[in-house]
Amino acid sequence: MNERLSSQRFLALPFGLWAALFIVLPLFFVLWNGLTDGAGSFTLENIQTVLQWEYLKALGLSVELALISTVICLVMAYPLCLILRERRENLGILVFVLFLLPLWMNSLLTTMAWQTILEKHGLINMFLTWLGLPAVQIINTPLAIIIGMVYNFLPYMVLPLYVALNRIDDSIIEAARDLGANHYQTLKRVLLPLSMPGIISGSTMVFIPALTTFVISALLGGNKVLLVGNIIEQEFTAAYDWQLGSALSMVLMVFIILNILLEAFTEKEERHQVEKGRP
Amino acid sequence: MRLLKKQYLRSLLAVLLVMAAFSLSGCDMFDKEEEDGDNVLYVYSWGDYLSEDVIKQFEEETGIKVVLDEYDTNESMYPRIAEGAEAYDVLCPSDYMIDKLIHNNLIQPLDYNKLPQAKANISKDFFEQAKAFDREGCYTVPYCWGTVGIMYNTKLVNEPVDSWQILWQEKYRDSILMQDSARDAIMVPLKILGYSMNTTNQAELEAARDMLIAQKPLVQAYGVDDIRDKLSSGEAALGVIFSGEAINLMKSNPDLRFQPAPKEGTNVWIDGWVIPKNARHVENAHKFIDFMCRPDIAAANFEELGYSTPNTTVREQVEEDLGEYVDVAFPPENVYKGQESYSYLGEALDKLYTKLWLQVKVN
Repeated sequence: MNERLSSQRFLALPFGLWAALFIVLPLFFVLWNGLTDGAGSFTLENIQTVLQWEYLKALGLSVELALISTVICLVMAYPLCLILRERRENLGILVFVLFLLPLWMNSLLTTMAWQTILEKHGLINMFLTWLGLPAVQIINTPLAIIIGMVYNFLPYMVLPLYVALNRIDDSIIEAARDLGANHYQTLKRVLLPLSMPGIISGSTMVFIPALTTFVISALLGGNKVLLVGNIIEQEFTAAYDWQLGSALSMVLMVFIILNILLEAFTEKEERHQVEKGRP
Repeated sequence: MRLLKKQYLRSLLAVLLVMAAFSLSGCDMFDKEEEDGDNVLYVYSWGDYLSEDVIKQFEEETGIKVVLDEYDTNESMYPRIAEGAEAYDVLCPSDYMIDKLIHNNLIQPLDYNKLPQAKANISKDFFEQAKAFDREGCYTVPYCWGTVGIMYNTKLVNEPVDSWQILWQEKYRDSILMQDSARDAIMVPLKILGYSMNTTNQAELEAARDMLIAQKPLVQAYGVDDIRDKLSSGEAALGVIFSGEAINLMKSNPDLRFQPAPKEGTNVWIDGWVIPKNARHVENAHKFIDFMCRPDIAAANFEELGYSTPNTTVREQVEEDLGEYVDVAFPPENVYKGQESYSYLGEALDKLYTKLWLQVKVN
């Protein structure tokens, strides 16, 4: 037993090293930069600065757009995964792969493609003018950014949802039907609660990259719609103010940690219920 | 048995790979040692800012090996110099950045006796203009210059473009492109209001910020390189760009015209050669800078890259090839005389600029 433990420890060493070098250490650098001034002495000035309205406004907008994108992804992905659950044969897998396909392409490329679709003289407007309809202004607005986020992050919602829904045993649904539940009741009282872990982890996987993105907002927002990710990028590259950039990253991390805590909490609750249900 | 063989083959392959890697890096190490002798020059310059043929010619004529590193913004260059991580011998920063390097004691005075070509060929006007950031006039030799102007599409703009005010006109809503950098953006309203682009007066800067906020609904996008594409494709009608990009843009889309200096005044930017304090090959650096000022070399650089040069000998050499673009490539005196160049305003003003620009962007 002891021997097995030590060999396990040995096997875990590379991952431990990896985590220490590339996760914990950089995190420490961010904290260090965020909480010191240029000379290296402790200060809360950076945190105070990023709590001014300009930064909070960008933060608020980032949270808002990320939330909207997450909800849209969920609303789009859930029915799809329900349908895919019903047909597990080849067609289902084909559709599933199709939805993951955007992941195979570089996101910069797909975002630039959206630029040419949404532009003033882009594909959509060319089509509208051809039909004799007035052109629409989508590029360089928050809507364009939401479209870009949904497109880029939808696969991250589909994947966990598909897994969670597929894990539900058919017999449970049959039992619900036998006991007289209609479609809506089955969905609400059986499928939704049982797929909750998938919903939560899918939402987290969409929300966090959407909250921190700067490429999508730069390309589709024309740098007119400023998100937190763009400010951090500017602080590090153009303004050469690593202290402020780090402080801003720390504020962003609070949101991400809250999100992860929520996920962990619901998962624990879930396990608790499962254990309770099994005498 | 087969498995064993496979494993054997694999380990053999691994050994071979490792040996190959070692022999390669061995060669590298050998080269480095040779480089670290006297005949090397470490150049740190803008990307696409030197003709490769010119560098080759320099190496052949002098026997000095050039190691070239490139950056794409002054701001990404600065920390590498400030932290002294790499000892470069020659840099080519812009005006305000040269000022900042002088201010922070990171570059050294040049020995102009070793720069006869620079003295003979570089226009006195530009040494004079460079005093906005090289106040003692002893740190830099101007290499390229230009103005910040308005590029416009004659299919979409049916009036003369001679004032920055046109960028505030309602009829060009969603067709205006502005520079996405604090100084270049704030410079425009500062000039409209009649202030200096090097002002340190907070009220003046805030007035400029308010103008930019008022302009924002009319702006299609703030950009850097993407401004070129959007003008070239006709997506936008008016854009603020650097004059060095004008010729190539006009060649790509014949509807485009360029106003190099709106009447309220504009920025004249200069990129110049400087030698860092910690340079290890100062002699070679002087040879390199002087080489770049030679008439044939300056003309070769110009023909390949298209940036206006302060070298007075180039115009007559390339005039014929340029045809109608000659005034864009070599703006006449009245375009640049009396215009301001950026100087470094200090750390506090840097922060103020960043903040004002942020206020425009989040609005």
